[in-house]
Amino acid sequence: MATLLPAEAVVPRVLHARPSVHDVVSQTLAMAWRSLLKMRRNPEQFFDVTIQPLLFTAMFTYIFGGAVAGSTAEYLPIIIPGILAQTTLTACMATGIQLREDMDKGVFDRFKSLPIARIAPLAGPALADLLRYAIAATLTIVVGIVMGYRPGGGLGGVIAAWFLVVFAGWSLAWVFTWLGTIARSAQAVQGISMMIMFPLTFLSNAFVPTQTMPGWLQTFVEINPVTQVIQAVRDLMNDGMFTAHVGWAVLGCSAITAIFAPLAVRSYSRKM
Amino acid sequence: MQNSDFAVEATGLVKTFGSTRAVDGIDLQIPRGRVFGVLGPNGAGKTTMLKMLATLIPIDGGRASILGVDVASRPHEVRQLVGVTGQYAAVDDNLTGRENLILFGRLLGLPRKRAAAIAEELLASFGLTEAATKLTREYSGGMRRRLDLAASLISRPPLIFLDEPTTGLDPRTRGQMWDTIRQLVRDGATVLLTTQYLDEADQLADRIAVIDRGKKVAEGTPDELKAGVGNSTLHLRLEDRARASEAAGLVARVLGREPALTPEAGGLSIALPDANRAADVLIALRQARINITTANVRQPTLDEVFLALTGAPTETQIKEVA
Repeated sequence: MATLLPAEAVVPRVLHARPSVHDVVSQTLAMAWRSLLKMRRNPEQFFDVTIQPLLFTAMFTYIFGGAVAGSTAEYLPIIIPGILAQTTLTACMATGIQLREDMDKGVFDRFKSLPIARIAPLAGPALADLLRYAIAATLTIVVGIVMGYRPGGGLGGVIAAWFLVVFAGWSLAWVFTWLGTIARSAQAVQGISMMIMFPLTFLSNAFVPTQTMPGWLQTFVEINPVTQVIQAVRDLMNDGMFTAHVGWAVLGCSAITAIFAPLAVRSYSRKM
Repeated sequence: MQNSDFAVEATGLVKTFGSTRAVDGIDLQIPRGRVFGVLGPNGAGKTTMLKMLATLIPIDGGRASILGVDVASRPHEVRQLVGVTGQYAAVDDNLTGRENLILFGRLLGLPRKRAAAIAEELLASFGLTEAATKLTREYSGGMRRRLDLAASLISRPPLIFLDEPTTGLDPRTRGQMWDTIRQLVRDGATVLLTTQYLDEADQLADRIAVIDRGKKVAEGTPDELKAGVGNSTLHLRLEDRARASEAAGLVARVLGREPALTPEAGGLSIALPDANRAADVLIALRQARINITTANVRQPTLDEVFLALTGAPTETQIKEVA
C-alpha cells in the first residue's frame, strides 16, 4: 500500500494555543459553504422564505386591509413593514431547529474533534442563513409593490429597511441558535421557538394600530423589540427617515447578538 | 512541546455519568510509533475513554497528556495532534465524498487549491475516486468508514484514534482496514485502537490493555497476556453435556484450579501450567467414565484470556454459540 501519511506527520509541529481571527473567519466561511451546499441539495428549506411572503402578504392585506385602514391601498404602508419583520423573524426560527438536527449527526463529532474555533459551526450556518432572510425580505417588498404599495421613502429608504430587517433576522437567529444548543431535540426547539415567536410578532404593531389595545398590552407592545424594528422599517420605507426607532432597533438587535452569541458558544462547547 | 516519549500518558482517568463510573481510574502509557489496542466488551468504557483523550468530553478525574500536551488545559493544541475516527462514520451525509474532504481541509486552514489536491490524493489512496461525486448518504458502510478515516488523515496527525474501526464491516473490507492501519504505523504514526474483536487486537496491536466495567484488568503484549493464563489450554467437549459440572469438579481436584465452562454446551476450557498435565486430566475423566467427543491442546486465544480475566464470556463468543 502506498504511503498514507507523509513524513511531516511525525516530526514535531508548531502548535497554536487558540485559533487566530483569520482562522475564525476562514472556518466560518467554510461552514457557511457547507450550509449553502445543503440548502442547494434540500430546496424545501426555502419554502418558508418563498411561500410565506407571497401568501401572508396577499392574505393579510385583503383580509384586514379594509377593516383596519379603510382600504387595501391605505393598509399596505402599515402591513408591508409588519410582514417584512414577521417573515424574517419566522425564517430565523429555522436556524435553531436546523442546528439542533445537525448537532445530532455524526459529522458534529468530527467538528468537535478538529482544532477549529468553537463559534465556527454556529456562525457558519448563521452567515449562510442571511441568504434566506434576503430572499424573504426581497420577496415581501416585491409582492407589496406588485399589489400597489409605493414606498414614500424611495429606493434609499427601501434599501435601508431591507438591510435593517436582514440584520434583525440575523441577530434574533442567535436566540434560536442558543435554544438549539440547549434543547434536547429539534421538536423541542420548534415548540419553544413558536412560543416565543407568536407573542413577539402578534403582540406588536405589525398588523394593527395599537390604540385600541388595553393599556397593559400597549405597554408590552411598546417594549417589544419587534415593535421597534417594525416602526423603524416603517419610518425608513414610508418616510425615508432615520428616526430614533431605527437607532433603538439597531441597538436592540446588537444587544441581542452580544448576549446570545456568547451564550450559544458556551453551551455548545459545554455539550462536548 | 511534543517532547514526551509517550504518545499518550494518562493517570487515574475517571468519567462519571450520574452514579455510574464509566471510566474508573485508568492508567495508560502508550509508546510512540506503535499500535496500542484497547480491548473490552460493549459498554466497558473504551469509547468514553477515547472521547476524553480526544477532548470530546471533559475529564472528570485524573490527568491525561497527548505527546506531552495536557488534554484538559490545552485542548486546542491536542486537537492539532490527534485524528479521530469514530465508531459511526463522522462525515456529512448531504455532501459528496470530495466535498467532505475539502470541507475538513478548509476547516484545518488549508488554502482552497491545497485542500482540493489533498482530497484527490486521499480519495485515490482509499479507493474512493469513482465515488467522489456521490453523496455520502449513498455510500456503503465500508466506503463511509474509509472516507471517515481519510478525513482524519487530512491534518497528517502523528496520533490516530480508531474507535472500533471494523465493527459491522464484512471480512474483506475488514482486512483492507487492517492493511491501512498497518500502513499508517509504517508511515510513523501512533495508533490507539479500541476493539471488541480479540483477533483484531491480536493481529494489529503491539500492546493491549483489557478493559472491563471502566477498569483496566490487564495489560501486556498479546503473548504476555496469553502466557498469563497458562502456557497452554486444553479444550474438551463432553459427549453428555449434563455432566459438565461433574467434569469440572474432577478437573479442579486433579489440577487444583477451576476450569472455565465455555458457552458452547458441554465445553470445558482448562488452563494448564504445563502441556503434559493434559494427560492427567484425560486419565481422570476416563476413570470416571466421562466420555469426550473432542480434545485439543493449544496456546490460549485472547478469548480465553478475556474469559479468565473478567470471568465473563465476550460478545463474540456468545454470538458464535447463538
